[in-house]
Amino acid sequence: MKMITKKKIGFILNPIAGMGGKIGLKGTDGIEIYELISKLGLEPWSPVRGLRFLEFLKKLDNNLKIVVYSDQMGGNLVKNIGFEMISITKNENKKYTSSMDTKIAAKKMLEMGVDIIIFVGGDGTARDIQDSVGINIPVIGVPAGVKMYSSVFASSPETAAKITINYLNGNIKKTIEAEVLDIDENLFRNGIYRVKLYGFLKIPYDNVYYPGSKIPTSENEELNQIEIAQEIINNLDNNIYYIIGPGSTTKRIIKNLNFETSLLGIDIIKGRKLIGSNLNEYKILEIINKNKSKLIITPIGGQGYIFGKGNLEISANVIKKIGGKKNIIIISTRNKIYKLNQKPFLIDTNDKELDERLSGWYKVIVGLNEYMMYKAVPSFNLHS
Amino acid sequence: MGIIKVRKYHQAKWNEPIIFQLNTPDERGFIIPYFNYKKKINVPNKIKRDKLPNLPEISQPKILGHYLRLSQETIGGNIFIHGEATCTMKYNPKINEIISRNSKITELHPLQPIETIQGSLEILYRLDLFLREISGFDKYIFQPGSGAQSIYTMASIIYKYHKVNKNYQKNEIITTLLSHPSNHAAPKTRGFKVIDIPPDPETGLPDIEAFKNAISKKTAGLIICNPEDTEIFNTKINEITKMFHEVGALCAYDQANVNGLLGLVRAKDMGFDIGFFNLHKAFSSPHGSGGPGSGAIGVIKDLQEYLPIPTVEYDEKNNFYYLNYNLKYSVGKIREFYGNFNVIIKAFAWIMSLGEIGLKEVSKTSILNNAYLTKRILSEVKGIDISFPKSPYRVSQTRFTFKKLYEETGITVDDLSRRLADFGFHTYHSHHPWIIPEPFSYEPVETYSKDEIDEFIETLKLVVKEAYENPEFVKNSPYQSSIHKLKDLEMLNDYKKWIPTWRIYLNKYIKR
Repeated sequence: MKMITKKKIGFILNPIAGMGGKIGLKGTDGIEIYELISKLGLEPWSPVRGLRFLEFLKKLDNNLKIVVYSDQMGGNLVKNIGFEMISITKNENKKYTSSMDTKIAAKKMLEMGVDIIIFVGGDGTARDIQDSVGINIPVIGVPAGVKMYSSVFASSPETAAKITINYLNGNIKKTIEAEVLDIDENLFRNGIYRVKLYGFLKIPYDNVYYPGSKIPTSENEELNQIEIAQEIINNLDNNIYYIIGPGSTTKRIIKNLNFETSLLGIDIIKGRKLIGSNLNEYKILEIINKNKSKLIITPIGGQGYIFGKGNLEISANVIKKIGGKKNIIIISTRNKIYKLNQKPFLIDTNDKELDERLSGWYKVIVGLNEYMMYKAVPSFNLHS
Repeated sequence: MGIIKVRKYHQAKWNEPIIFQLNTPDERGFIIPYFNYKKKINVPNKIKRDKLPNLPEISQPKILGHYLRLSQETIGGNIFIHGEATCTMKYNPKINEIISRNSKITELHPLQPIETIQGSLEILYRLDLFLREISGFDKYIFQPGSGAQSIYTMASIIYKYHKVNKNYQKNEIITTLLSHPSNHAAPKTRGFKVIDIPPDPETGLPDIEAFKNAISKKTAGLIICNPEDTEIFNTKINEITKMFHEVGALCAYDQANVNGLLGLVRAKDMGFDIGFFNLHKAFSSPHGSGGPGSGAIGVIKDLQEYLPIPTVEYDEKNNFYYLNYNLKYSVGKIREFYGNFNVIIKAFAWIMSLGEIGLKEVSKTSILNNAYLTKRILSEVKGIDISFPKSPYRVSQTRFTFKKLYEETGITVDDLSRRLADFGFHTYHSHHPWIIPEPFSYEPVETYSKDEIDEFIETLKLVVKEAYENPEFVKNSPYQSSIHKLKDLEMLNDYKKWIPTWRIYLNKYIKR
């Protein structure tokens, strides 16, 4: 008789995610917050969301094995629902859980060979998981945080369950790299509220329920990226240095030229060759020197930043050196633009005068021989 | 005045097999008399079949039953209101159907000597004259079989025009995101680069600044709807077409949304050089899957020589109609012969029955119907808003957004449409891309009465009420319709799973 192995889901619940919203904080990091929450006698929020996810998951498929880290981080809920469960830790019933627990949990689950990791939390939780497992395993976020700028969240706990099942039973086969965004803590301490790109997680790509917002689409994200890369490659000028910004859309160009690189770093190509990877500002300036150079960038999903988030290495100096707006090529999948809900691209080079000069209309490459006019504005106009 | 109530309805639901599954070997629908099929017929070997075609063998009553059962499972415009927006689903007068089925029309052969088809040519020529009057253009042909093919024809004319004039750098077409998607797809298919202009987030109209930044010496032409699918009429259209003319580009007009403009605004006066009407929409011939289509392409004098051949001309001296294949720069053939003649007949009859005053009345009534529907929906239906509220006046349809309903109940426009099918209504959301969240569009054309519009509104109110009180119920609808809720929506986007023909079904799902 053939044994059918049950699919394994890693389930990580950040028990205090989302509580910051109730006490007026941007996010919940640190032990003091735990105490404040219990002192105020607040009802925890993320278990409610986690429960909704599990209940719906059970409706869709009862025959799953759930791996949890501890009772507190989801184990209690899984037991109540009645799924078959494996717990990674003996339950010493720690009073607090920290971001370290999330990181260890994700790492252990990866090692145990779970099929997918589901986390219940916000941007902070997403960052911890990204830190720990990167893009080595598919992940879905059940939205339960205060901040959810990242593109890794399903639109609801129920949707998260649907995507999980569709991924496990093979209805969804594709995965894409989605941005993990969070507010920049250094700037935030100085009272400046800015979102930063921290990295990427791999998520199942569902055309129907695109994570973050429900925009039904007939587009195929990967094909769209291939088309865009082809458009760029068709028009490459061998005498020009092309600085390639971070993101899966931009890095598709390098991939299609048969080079390997990281999603997050800055690369330079010339004559169809990769001539520098993971470059800092200084290195970029050194390579392009007085040579004719162009910049190829893609906006950050959901936020629409083209400068200042995730590509700080492309500094005001670099942008001035390449000759400003006329040498900036913006590429974007159509879905990414539609997801901006008609909000303009944002520019934040930390040089207000340059931001003004870069603002205006761009002919964005959205496919092979296909373009869309899109407006970029300085972000300081919006964040007053 | 009728009594306004929500109708009770239950559609037939058959587990009807595919016609190929009804195959019974040697069963016959009709036996051809005196035909000796064993007799050798001289067929050249290279076109001779190796084996007989795989056609189902079925008797007459079985075929009749099969198709009648299928017909019970459709939602048709003749049974009930069918306000599918952007499709202009109006009443198609049955007398025009009868005319178009007259044997004098159905038995015509396209290669008959023209002396024997003078009447038909006269109809084509006079319809050309009517449409010239309505649009301001100088010549019409009727060759394209659909709207998208008409757009392709316009793109071909633009292409040829620049080639003839040696404007080789002109290889970009500009369109708008809210024009019909074919305005993007067809010129791309013709080999152009295509640039989309997004709407201004406040007014919903394409941004003039975006046009200015997009237009260059490479611009070959503009292909656009006005109103776009939001039905906000663009009053700056002359400013836009002027910008294109200044760089030597042509302006092409997709007049799919013309039902509220007939006799009120003319294409040529808006600065367009080419434009087309869908005879199968505003001109009352059945639309889309309901019948063959016909695109009427009109051009200004300077572009007449570029039209597909042949054109129909009239020799006044000899009172003789003839076909002119002799156009200097013709783009050639877009489709065989002269157009879908049965559609042309219906459009001609429709215009003849209405005249100038009638056509204007069509537009005014469709605008009034829509204004009434929009006002009532916005004041009486919960969870709905108008898209781009800064532009409250729409022509003959309105694009709404059910964003609020979705946020408050989780019910999508897709769920609502399925539930409305339980009451016999067919509704529409929007073309892609869905930049308006949870879009909902309705087009109460001139042929619907106030009672019918009221009935739709009452039903919509009921369904929205259900969505608030029992969202799960609406989510799992329909209950009284033939069609189930689709389980695997992902499949719609996965061409590997598509089954367009029986043979593909066998190959993909049975034989492997």
